[in-house]
Amino acid sequence: MSGWTDLRKWGIAEFVLAVSILILIVVVAIPVLLIFWTSFFVNGSFNAKDIMDILRQRDTYEALKNSLIIACGTTIFSTIIGVFFAWLVSRTDLPFKETMKLLFLVPFMLPSFIGALAWKMLLSPRSGYVNRILMDLFGLSDPVFNIYGYGGIIAVETMYLFPFVFIQVCGALERMDPTLEESARISGAGLITITRKITIPLIMPSILAGALLIALYSLAHFGVPAILGAEVGIYNIPTKIYEKIHQSAGSFKAIRAGTVLASILVISAGIILYLQSLVLKSGRFQIIAGKSVRPMVLKLRRLRIPLLILCILYLLITVVMPTVTIFLVGGLKTYGLAIAPENMTLENFKYILFRWKLTRDAIWNSTYLSLSAAFVTMLAGVMISYVIVKMKVRGKWLLEFLGVLPFSLPGTVIALGVILMWSGKFGVNIYNTAWIIFVAYIARYMAFSLKSNSAALEQVHDSLVEASRACGATQWQAMRDIVVPLVRPGMVAAFFLIFLPALRELTTSVLLYGPTTRTIGVAIYTLNEDGETVYAAALSSIALVIIIVGQLLIKRIVNVRAGGV
Amino acid sequence: MPHIQLIQVTKRFGNVIAVNDLCLEIEKGECFSLLGPSGCGKTTTLRMLAGFEDLDEGEILVGGKLISSSRKKYYLPPEKRDFGMVFQAFAVWPHLSVFENVAFPLRIKKFSRAEIEERTRKALRYTSLANVESTYPNELSGGEKQRVALARALAINPTVMLLDEPLSNLDPKLREEMRFEIKDLQRQFGFSIIYVTHDQGEAMALSDRIMVMSEGTMQQVDTPLNIYQKPANKFVFSFIGLSNFIPAEVADGAAYVAGLPGESPLTRDIPEHVRAGRVTLACRPSEIDFVPEGGVPGIVKRKAYLGELIDYRVQVGKVEVRVQKLRRGGLLNEGEPCSLKFHRLLWYEA
Repeated sequence: MSGWTDLRKWGIAEFVLAVSILILIVVVAIPVLLIFWTSFFVNGSFNAKDIMDILRQRDTYEALKNSLIIACGTTIFSTIIGVFFAWLVSRTDLPFKETMKLLFLVPFMLPSFIGALAWKMLLSPRSGYVNRILMDLFGLSDPVFNIYGYGGIIAVETMYLFPFVFIQVCGALERMDPTLEESARISGAGLITITRKITIPLIMPSILAGALLIALYSLAHFGVPAILGAEVGIYNIPTKIYEKIHQSAGSFKAIRAGTVLASILVISAGIILYLQSLVLKSGRFQIIAGKSVRPMVLKLRRLRIPLLILCILYLLITVVMPTVTIFLVGGLKTYGLAIAPENMTLENFKYILFRWKLTRDAIWNSTYLSLSAAFVTMLAGVMISYVIVKMKVRGKWLLEFLGVLPFSLPGTVIALGVILMWSGKFGVNIYNTAWIIFVAYIARYMAFSLKSNSAALEQVHDSLVEASRACGATQWQAMRDIVVPLVRPGMVAAFFLIFLPALRELTTSVLLYGPTTRTIGVAIYTLNEDGETVYAAALSSIALVIIIVGQLLIKRIVNVRAGGV
Repeated sequence: MPHIQLIQVTKRFGNVIAVNDLCLEIEKGECFSLLGPSGCGKTTTLRMLAGFEDLDEGEILVGGKLISSSRKKYYLPPEKRDFGMVFQAFAVWPHLSVFENVAFPLRIKKFSRAEIEERTRKALRYTSLANVESTYPNELSGGEKQRVALARALAINPTVMLLDEPLSNLDPKLREEMRFEIKDLQRQFGFSIIYVTHDQGEAMALSDRIMVMSEGTMQQVDTPLNIYQKPANKFVFSFIGLSNFIPAEVADGAAYVAGLPGESPLTRDIPEHVRAGRVTLACRPSEIDFVPEGGVPGIVKRKAYLGELIDYRVQVGKVEVRVQKLRRGGLLNEGEPCSLKFHRLLWYEA
């Protein structure tokens, strides 16, 4: 009898909470716990010796060191470039600065491993096109550039990651109350003093927040180091994990070594996120403008045109050149031929699109996996953020805690976690099927969905829901008629925020793919590894076309929505 | 010689004329207010004075020295003008302590360590901030933040203080207190104040002279009393205080409410320059009396209690006239006919 009354008290709110917690536990929490468990415990007892053995191995600490070098280098250079361009487009009279601002965000949407591929084609010491041209031109016997190595990895990652800082700093500079700087000016300070003593300290939280995001991303990044580092023996943690598991064909010993490395990644990510929350908490200065006055704009005078040329050159070199290279190489009859009309063919594209099963499978796999993962993750995200943001229910803290978890999980860690969880240990074995990639994508992109949906939900004031309840709507009717229509833009945004990156995902999929479950990213990567450079480039071009069309579609949808309201 | 001179200053933003051919002279030690509705050009005028905006036409001189000139394309940069300035949104730097905020201009001007210490302390003492000097702005109330902004402007002991709606982000009670504080500080330090506000009460209480602006054009420059009692035009009259505008007709040496030519006139006291025909008469609600008989007839439409005052809306012909009377003057009820006598009528063209 008492069981019945307990169930009655267990209303809809508690039920939704329980389902949300369950989703996060199954998808995120258990895989992570399994990683820690596997790395620290052997046969149920704590095992420090094995951990120390793995950590003492040369290639383990080399990988750790390399991850740190690459992450630090990338963060420093991205921050410098990001802050400089952000200042240029928001605080100077640079010509076409609005257009420039949009163009600087383009690297965001291009996959960095395709960029790495392009740069390999341009700057690899033996066959890189730029090197060959320079050698022919000046009669040199040695190549000028070598893309393989720390410098190349850091440079390529910087090209694709600097927008994280750029976008943060642009936002801060534009929203900042101009009178904060004007009052320094009237106090007698010149531009340099103002920049040093007022502007930079005030935007420092934004700079740091962007920089830490870059560090987090670079530390756990697989694609660029895999393409530009592995060749010369430079492995970072994700590529080392991949190598260990790949070489041993998924043996438990290799997976265990992988989990130790993955634990290091999780801990580092946790530290970075903790630092970021500190920065945001301590430095959340109220610098938003009260009334709209145009910000102080520096007249560049004679430097106006040279700086514009610098921006254009930067974009030509870092965005246009690699993209064009990918398309051109994708159309070559054989890799290594000069890029000339007589060597070009459309056969490659026809072949990988229509005839070759491997690439056709890859395109199909990526498409349905990312569509379905985006849909499911979006819906789960709406429900979970609804509980976190809007519901008053006991036990919410557990969900809030679990909800932070996805943000700190690098793709490699998620892949290892789902391998441990879904390869038969709990009665379900989906290893080597598309399902395991599907589950991994949900875990990987849950953070995006939570972020987008809770932002949208926070905009919906409680009184709107209360008003509908006062008019006689039930909780579900209020949800259906008031909340969902209002957060729909957030849901659409979440869907695309997941769909587009998932379409080109590499870091996670590369550890999970089976013979028939290659994704586009994996196919490009393995084709490149197998020396099929031309096909890798052709498939990359198709991926780029899909991505660009997708981005344009989003922009359209977002614009139509904005216009409709 | 006046301390500050604006000579035929014009400023355009695209096609909009923000400030139109403005001439202005402000004396040393004077408290001068720029008053007008939002968008009238008062803030633009102040920002041109501060050096944040260039001029499209005209010149600005301070102490006989040219600081802005459109003809010579010469603009002394704001940091060289040695003005103190306080902004509406306080603009207190959140990453610096109260002391460091106030010391900032002194550090820029490379004062000695001891002098920075002394002057900062003095400015903090005068603005009653001495006890919070090591706190950070996010722990301060709005009034305290505004005091920090004032202290910072005071620190270099400027001869001119530019205040851009400095009190509009404060609550009414605090606003009144700060008004007196600013006035006190001016007496002690002797700087000139140029004060931008849309609040006529603030301008009246603080200023030696007020300039009323509308749509970029100067409407009147005068003492607060004259602005109130002798407004130069309808705009000034309606912007300062409550106002009634009554369309009237002048005939046979008397002015009648338009449409009521047979009734008692508004007044028989016609100024010399007024000819027969249509005019507009303006009158404050407090300058109208209810009389037993012989006045302009009307009907009480609405009655509202405003504490000590009672606010009546009286229908007179086709216009509604607002009358404010003290409570002890006796009460009229809604719907009751009454008779009105008008004092201090002002004459404007129809």
